[in-house]
Amino acid sequence: MATREIISTGNELAAIAAVDAGCKFFGGYPLTPSSEVMHVISDLLPKVGGAAIQMEDEIAGICCVIGAAMSGVRALTATSGPGMSLKAENLGLAQMAEVPLVCVNVMRGGPSTGLPTRVSQGDILQSKNPSHGDYKSITLCAGNLAECYTEVVRAFNIADRFMQPVIVLLDETLGHMHGKAMLPTAEEVKEGIKPRKTFDGPAEEYHPYACGPTEPATLNPMFKGYRYHFTGLHHDKNGFPTEEIETCRKLIQRLEDKVEAHKDEIESYEEFMMDDAEIMIVAYGSVSLAAKEAIRALRDEGIKAGLFRPITIWPSPDKKMKEHADKIEKVLVVELNIGQFHSEVQRATSRLDIEGLFKVNGRPISPVEIVNKVKEL
Amino acid sequence: MAFDYNKYLRLEKMPTLWCWGCGDGVILKAFVRAVEKLGWAQDDVCVVSGIGCSGRFSSYVDFNTVHTTHGRTVAYATGIKLANPDKHVICVGGDGDTLAIGGNHTIHGCRRNIDMTLIIINNFIYGLTNSQTSPTTPQGMWTVTQKAGNIDPTFNACDLAMAAGASFVARETMIDPKKLEKTLIKAMEHKGFSVVEVLSNCHINLGRKNKMASAMENLNWIDDITVSKKKYDAMSEEERLNLLPTGILRQDTEAPEYCDMYAEIQKVHQGQRAKLTQDDFEKKI
Repeated sequence: MATREIISTGNELAAIAAVDAGCKFFGGYPLTPSSEVMHVISDLLPKVGGAAIQMEDEIAGICCVIGAAMSGVRALTATSGPGMSLKAENLGLAQMAEVPLVCVNVMRGGPSTGLPTRVSQGDILQSKNPSHGDYKSITLCAGNLAECYTEVVRAFNIADRFMQPVIVLLDETLGHMHGKAMLPTAEEVKEGIKPRKTFDGPAEEYHPYACGPTEPATLNPMFKGYRYHFTGLHHDKNGFPTEEIETCRKLIQRLEDKVEAHKDEIESYEEFMMDDAEIMIVAYGSVSLAAKEAIRALRDEGIKAGLFRPITIWPSPDKKMKEHADKIEKVLVVELNIGQFHSEVQRATSRLDIEGLFKVNGRPISPVEIVNKVKEL
Repeated sequence: MAFDYNKYLRLEKMPTLWCWGCGDGVILKAFVRAVEKLGWAQDDVCVVSGIGCSGRFSSYVDFNTVHTTHGRTVAYATGIKLANPDKHVICVGGDGDTLAIGGNHTIHGCRRNIDMTLIIINNFIYGLTNSQTSPTTPQGMWTVTQKAGNIDPTFNACDLAMAAGASFVARETMIDPKKLEKTLIKAMEHKGFSVVEVLSNCHINLGRKNKMASAMENLNWIDDITVSKKKYDAMSEEERLNLLPTGILRQDTEAPEYCDMYAEIQKVHQGQRAKLTQDDFEKKI
């Protein structure tokens, strides 16, 4: 793999990644601590013939992105917790109508206005079900500066593969962290672009939503001779509203199954010093950086700790977590919320004795805090 | 030769879910006639609608069509247009859709002056959901949420659009489809954000409780409250009270269009021209 070294911030890397991945449209609204994504991409997109627009509110931000994506271009929005709350309804339409897009959420303290300039991981559960109704979200979580780039690139390819929004979680620490990142070259990213599937047969044989029970819709770009309909209502094979019982059931079941049946294509995680680990720490995002420091310190004292870091948060790498938890007695989840992923680890491992180290005051968790907690176990 | 509506309609979706005598069908016909007159290819047109009776507009016409969430039509359409500046984008919404829940997107669409047409079908009520008060329901009328008489002051959609900076603003009624068609043609060929408010009837969910239970009674009322701009302009303030002028109320062909301006931004970033300054704009503040 060819690599290049870039010294930058997480937010800037996310913007560069989108453009390298072929994104041609950005719509958004200023929202601390994510705004730098918009600052950077508003310079980058016009250079490559794309467009970035600051809309009148968060809702308009996601709506214009969905519109651009419906028309066939790769599109991005970026926000933080309050903006995610406002975007929720329209993310639901994108799930229902199967419109691929990427939404970067740089997490800050919540609920409500919360702690705008401070770090949190409080949007884990929100990202699983931002909107009402049944569907299966895909959420990726960057754990270091390089992943602020690589996970955004991966998100675009996954969105086009599964035809749905993909959320990429950063947090305030990563978004504003300034440092060196080793990245794949832009050429390599470009070669790896997997555009959405399209239909090129006769228009009368085109049925965008007629697909296998575990497959996504095939949505051709607009203005190319394939005229069909987008709606947030339950719809038939051509996208038109219907209340026919079986069509409705099959549609919603398919939104679940198209992801569930192909989880292996999305699953991603990192195992750090797990080979001989007697204590498993589960951490993600910027917290995983502190966890790695803690593990090194613990090992210096002869305590065999290891890290399991989910990169794909939803659907979670549940089988792998269980495989480890079946062999390791002590499992500790460390996160900047009150156990939002902890409950997922409990579910995945079928264990109720999973320990937790949680923090919700807007400050990062330090390696020392993790070391002390592990020693208490 | 008779006009070939079939070319533009999705016949398999007929009959529409609109009530007998509803004005929405008349407006739909005037719209497709306007497209034909303009000579636009169906593949080059995108019709975007929101929620409400008017929301179904997009599903009946054979173009690229999008049925969005409540009120967000103009926001979706902005993304479609900015990503495809050479295509034609038409928004259709009701009074609740475009003036209540979607009011913010309506005013900012007007301000931005992006080249699209917003058709506001104003029937003065939330029709689809059974008679709740809308921002245009006249004061004193019965609504299901204000059975003692509506006390909420009303929006004048065209005044709002003009105040927000729309470069083309017109009001017509569904009573005169020929005039509506002509105005729609002018609005759609206008380069910039054009708003056409079309006054229409909802004798079912507005009329029945307000002494105009038939389509004709409801339309007579619309006829009574409207007057051509020419006559309106000649009237005194006192005579104008409770009247709405119809026709083209504003047409500014000089206002810079958003996609055109964005093309200049692209040129700046591609090193083809200097940065924009206030001198590039006629209006400085």
